[in-house]
Amino acid sequence: MPLTDDVIVVEGLTKRYKTVTALDGFSMRVRKGEIYGLLGPNGAGKTTALHVLMGVLTPTAGRVTVFGHSPFDDRETLAPRVNFSSAYVQMPFNLSARQNLDIFARLYGLPDRTNKIESLLAAFKLTAMAKSKTGSLSSGEQTRLNLCKALLNDPDLLFLDEPTASLDPDIADLVRRTLHDFQKRKGLTIVYTSHNMAEVETLCDRVLFLHRGKAITEGTPKEVADRFKKDSLEKVFIHLARTGDVMDAETSR
Amino acid sequence: MISFNRILTIVRRYILIHFKSPARLLDLFFWPVMELFVWGFFTVYLKNSNLDSTGRLVVTLINALVFWDILYRSQQALSLAFMEELWTRNVLNLLISPLRTREWVLGAYLYGMIKTGIIVLILLVLASVLYAFHISSLGFSFIPLAFNLLLFGYAMGLFTTGLLLRWGHAAEALIWGVPFLIQPFSAIFYPVSVYPAWLKPIVLALPSTHVMEAMRHVIDTGQFPWPSFWIALGLNVLFTLFFSWFCLRMLERGRSNGQLVRMSG
Ligand SMILES: Nc1ncnc2c1ncn2[C@@H]1O[C@H](COP(=O)(O)OP(=O)(O)OP(=O)(O)O)[C@@H](O)[C@H]1O
Ligand SMILES: [Mg+2]
Repeated sequence: MPLTDDVIVVEGLTKRYKTVTALDGFSMRVRKGEIYGLLGPNGAGKTTALHVLMGVLTPTAGRVTVFGHSPFDDRETLAPRVNFSSAYVQMPFNLSARQNLDIFARLYGLPDRTNKIESLLAAFKLTAMAKSKTGSLSSGEQTRLNLCKALLNDPDLLFLDEPTASLDPDIADLVRRTLHDFQKRKGLTIVYTSHNMAEVETLCDRVLFLHRGKAITEGTPKEVADRFKKDSLEKVFIHLARTGDVMDAETSR
Repeated sequence: MISFNRILTIVRRYILIHFKSPARLLDLFFWPVMELFVWGFFTVYLKNSNLDSTGRLVVTLINALVFWDILYRSQQALSLAFMEELWTRNVLNLLISPLRTREWVLGAYLYGMIKTGIIVLILLVLASVLYAFHISSLGFSFIPLAFNLLLFGYAMGLFTTGLLLRWGHAAEALIWGVPFLIQPFSAIFYPVSVYPAWLKPIVLALPSTHVMEAMRHVIDTGQFPWPSFWIALGLNVLFTLFFSWFCLRMLERGRSNGQLVRMSG
């Protein structure tokens, strides 16, 4: 076990495709129980980083540990403790929402499936839709179903790739409160990407800006805003996205 | 360590997916039954025109048809199951769950066996009702022969799944194409003796060939040719090992070139 409280340790992570370098010597540490935001413009490498951390994409170089284990070699140890949700991943369309959750509850070997499923459906206001075919759910409802799936096994670590994309403001707020609640009650650690900077400010304990696969700046949302003398993360984002190339040149010097 | 519960969950899941979809149910019954009609009426014609006075051809053809379906269906079990995950963008959910690759494969196999079993049953019953076909024509020989075909179908399923992992949706058509690649060379509807000498090494390298020859041998002599059985089994082991290796390599490759996650959503 690691000596620190760090749930995730990433050092010098590089992922190179034939023509693109998606991650370029990127490092980060995520502490136990925090909500950690990965920010950056389209193509910055956020999703790529999550995929490596989940062990489904092998890096070109660098070191990654999750709870002190390699996500590639110790899948058996990690899988029961980790979960994931993304607006881009779905579940079989012709099964009902409840059936799909039941299948995953079985795969995770949950002892009390029914109670767990019903309480999650209720938490995300999906009980009325539980019998509907997954394919007929609206995209916001599917997003919430994915979140139910992600919380089924009471994970210690949750990866969320744009979990609030396609949610209306009311439901997005519900999702944020529910996630916060889980984090507080269960000491859940969340690594999360989003393009909604206001959301990131309220939800994240710390954030990291990625640009072209490099970590540019890191800290609490307030620290980061102060560092760039801006009054919101949104303004920092725009500033960094536009001047990122210059920053790259400076950090590599 | 593999978990029997997770394997059964996978079986349960595919059964649910299948039986809730009219299109998939049609796929299950429509083709084999139509095929049976064609071959069944053909054998009726043979009988009536005295081309098959002993009735041997009828028995051989209908058995060949059933065997072909076993091969075809078991080949598809794995690749269709994988396609199901691709279509519904569910691969990533499974990849990060405690489900292990071999559990998923075994679940898909078991599901394929159930599906194949149902079809075989329907075909045999229909054939006996419509064409006075005797189910007992092969007796217990049916089981070891069908078992070998199932194994070869599964081995080919590993191969097509490997192709899917490598080329994604572009390889979709191959799911249906691969069995037809071996059909002409498996001595299904005719004996090995019809092939020219230069083709025979290929023909004899296929386990399916030995099963079909054995089937005809049982019908003609009533004896079960154990050598053919063992040869088919041996070849099956080789094919399974080779295609498992191929499939795992493609999986690793997909993990490194991003194809695996790109297909997932
Ligand atoms: N399989 C792949 N092959 C080649 N290039 C890839 C592959 N997957 C991702 N990339 C490239 O890697 C870079 C990082 O992509 P990634 O999906 O991680 O970005 P992102 O930060 O999640 O962006 P977004 O905000 O749009 O979701 C992009 O330039 C992308 O084109
Ligand atoms: Mg992304």
